[in-house]
Amino acid sequence: MQQTQAASASESSNATPNSSSSEFLTFRLGKEEYGIEILKVQEIRGYDAITRIANAPEFIKGVVNLRGVIVPIVDMRIKFNLGEAHYDQFTVVIILNLSGRVVGIVVDGVSDVINLETEQLRDTPEFGAVIDTEYILGLGTVDNRMLILVDIEKLMSSREMGLLEQVGGWVSK
Amino acid sequence: MSTDLEQFYQIFFEEASELLAEMESRLLGLDIQSPDAEDLNAIFRVAHSIKGGAGTFGFTDMTEMTHMLESLLDKLRKGELEIRSEMVDAFLEAGDVLKKQLDGHRGLDQANTEEVAAVAQKLKLLMAETAQEQAVSAPVVTEQETGAAPAADEDSAGHSLAQPQVTQRAASEDVSTQSAVTYHIEFACGDLAERVKQKLLHDLACQGVLENLTAPDNSDQCVLRLTTQMSEEDTWEALAFIVDPVSLSIRREAVASAVQSPGSAAGEERNDAAPDGREIDAGQAVGLQSSQSPADEGVSNSSGTGTGTGNDVSAAIDAVTTRDEPPAADTPVGRQSSKKPAEPAKAANNESSSIRVSIEKVDQMINLVGELVITQAMLAQTASQIDPVIYEKLLNGLNQLERNTRDLQEAVMSIRMMPISFVFSRFPRVVRDVAAKLNKQVDLKTVGEGTELDKGLIEKITDPLTHLIRNSLDHGIESPESRVAKGKSAKGTITLRASHQGGSIVIEVADDGAGLNREKILAKARSRGLAVNDNMSDPDVWMLIFEAGFSTADAITDVSGRGVGMDVVKRNIQGLGGRVEIDSIAGQGTRISIRLPLTLAILDGLSVAVGDQLFIVPLTYITESLKPAAADIKTVRGQGRVVQVRGEYLPVIALHEVFHLQPAVNEIHEGILVILDAEGSKAAMFVDNLVGQHQVVIKSLESNYRRVQGVSGATIMGDGSVALILDAVGLVHVTKQRMVDAA
Repeated sequence: MQQTQAASASESSNATPNSSSSEFLTFRLGKEEYGIEILKVQEIRGYDAITRIANAPEFIKGVVNLRGVIVPIVDMRIKFNLGEAHYDQFTVVIILNLSGRVVGIVVDGVSDVINLETEQLRDTPEFGAVIDTEYILGLGTVDNRMLILVDIEKLMSSREMGLLEQVGGWVSK
Repeated sequence: MSTDLEQFYQIFFEEASELLAEMESRLLGLDIQSPDAEDLNAIFRVAHSIKGGAGTFGFTDMTEMTHMLESLLDKLRKGELEIRSEMVDAFLEAGDVLKKQLDGHRGLDQANTEEVAAVAQKLKLLMAETAQEQAVSAPVVTEQETGAAPAADEDSAGHSLAQPQVTQRAASEDVSTQSAVTYHIEFACGDLAERVKQKLLHDLACQGVLENLTAPDNSDQCVLRLTTQMSEEDTWEALAFIVDPVSLSIRREAVASAVQSPGSAAGEERNDAAPDGREIDAGQAVGLQSSQSPADEGVSNSSGTGTGTGNDVSAAIDAVTTRDEPPAADTPVGRQSSKKPAEPAKAANNESSSIRVSIEKVDQMINLVGELVITQAMLAQTASQIDPVIYEKLLNGLNQLERNTRDLQEAVMSIRMMPISFVFSRFPRVVRDVAAKLNKQVDLKTVGEGTELDKGLIEKITDPLTHLIRNSLDHGIESPESRVAKGKSAKGTITLRASHQGGSIVIEVADDGAGLNREKILAKARSRGLAVNDNMSDPDVWMLIFEAGFSTADAITDVSGRGVGMDVVKRNIQGLGGRVEIDSIAGQGTRISIRLPLTLAILDGLSVAVGDQLFIVPLTYITESLKPAAADIKTVRGQGRVVQVRGEYLPVIALHEVFHLQPAVNEIHEGILVILDAEGSKAAMFVDNLVGQHQVVIKSLESNYRRVQGVSGATIMGDGSVALILDAVGLVHVTKQRMVDAA
């Protein structure tokens, strides 16, 4: 099941630049709106009991039990310093399936799923964004809303997230 | 079609590996003085099954080797030949070669052709001796049988030869083996090394009377006269392995044997390698065949099956039946009938008693049952809050569910359980080989082979155990002379013992050798700059041999210098969640005990609370828990804290400091100390409270996250929350290091 999803997810990531349209799940972080490819999303759930992990950076909230699978949870608001990181019944966790690895991200809220044509995508300007432009696929415009489209797979496997084994180093700090 | 076959390759590989392992254990268990007929039959069947399978898939190299084995075994099991230890050696080597060939077909290392040839040669020599001995000891009975063996032999070596010819040769052999024959042998020996030539001449001389007619000035051509009971075929085989067959010619000289048949006359002057040197026409061969006894019919049948490698297994089995028939003709009918029905019945039993299931399916089942256990625990926890009077039926049902879940879990876990004899069974061979190499006499005793443990553990424990046994053989057991000098029996004993102790399995490797040398180890440790002193307790000293690079270097041999150090042994066992202990008494022996969890999937743990978090401590590392008195807590230089427990000062690990948590209690004497014993290093872990004891299913943190220092995994508690499993060994070592750094 997971593998199928992962396969389709990676397929879509290859296809994105060329295909005429793709679907994005949009979510809010503070006042900004972000979008990630819908095919990378496994499910959306509420924020509940999280087991903290020792010596992990602040933005890694800990791990949860997702039907028997231990899943790490990253709070994007803390990571990108956007908005207040408070947790209530409206706090949402998006569970991502990135090439078979399951990760959850905490966001302020999920808005909707939108379809973006290629012509609606704009190149990312060089700005001092909180997210390195390396991880931004582009900017999308829908009805005067600006969406920051994130290459979530690249971001999550990046060194700065420290989710993968290759990193290391921060544990001892 | 070929793709169809490839699907079955894997099955064949697995089966063949198992069969080879069975053959080896049977060979090792064989009593040379009075071999059990059932064992010989079993070994024969193994060789035959592999041959059949290999034939089906066209692995001709394996077919040839097994065929040779089979021919020789056939004679053994029919009681025509006494088994000797060098035969067992040859069989074992042949088994090794087959394993390598199998690996070759799997796409791993190829078998070394020289090795194959050497083993084949050995088997052939044994076969040749067979023929000779038989001719001497029982000329009448062997008349048919000796004909059978070389013919079978022939078809494996001259694999591509046409069948009528094989039969014809069998016919000629039949006569020639009756008594000594003199051969005139010529071959080019210019390119042979002198040593090889001498060896060859020596081998031939062992077979009969050898005269060297080589002209002293001619170093290129070797001329011999050999009077022997060996058949012409065997002589040729023996030579053709070493000399160039093209230049080899064997001619039968003026007849020593009184019996001459048309067959042998025809075969008299034959140059085997050159086809044009053959003087027999097919018609003659056929005529000969028809004049043979029924026994030879059987032989030609079976050798025909061996040649055609495309046959399926059932055809090969038919061949066995055919092969069984000739002796049946001259044995009492009662014996045959008592033996024959037994075989299929046994096969049928084996068939129905086990099925082959991929390990993934089993693992999936174990995972699902793990989930079920968690769900059941969640239900039980919720149900504990409802009114038992109103919901009596529900609660009864939940109790039932709990029992069933537990039974189901045990049953499923037992699928993965295998008796440790799977590991132990390989050691008689190791001991035998290594002891022979070291000129030591060693007995291997195994106790508790039936002890079951997880298949994953079985696979991973094999290498460390092998290393420990090699170590015992090399460093533990003394040479027979020094043993006798010490008043021990010349033969050393290594005991492998497996047993269950609580939730773990304990495997011991004990020898009655010299024991560890305390002074030597301490001296070695000092020279390596390790922190040691003369007051160290024995167990601490023994643990030094597990330090990386720590070897008793004056004794490097090819036995122990195999790359896997004791430190690797220890690390492997730790990796399995186990630990190693050493007991040793100088002059009396050493015992190394490995304590392993029964399975890799489930762990007995104590849950402890620190602040709002729950951690699981593996029970195997806990020696005790206590509530310390304030007076027992001391500080070392104002920072490191130690606690006095029954005269021992143990460093304190404050778990909340390690994990940067806000503890419920700050003073050690208000909380609980859990005393950890990780491979001899002890430490006291300070926690807020003890919560309970659980059997937890180990989940990997790394599959979606990364390794976390101080944590070995995670698990899911009854309420669905995640608890981290502490890496006790890591914690103790980190703390120890910190204390050393601070001091």
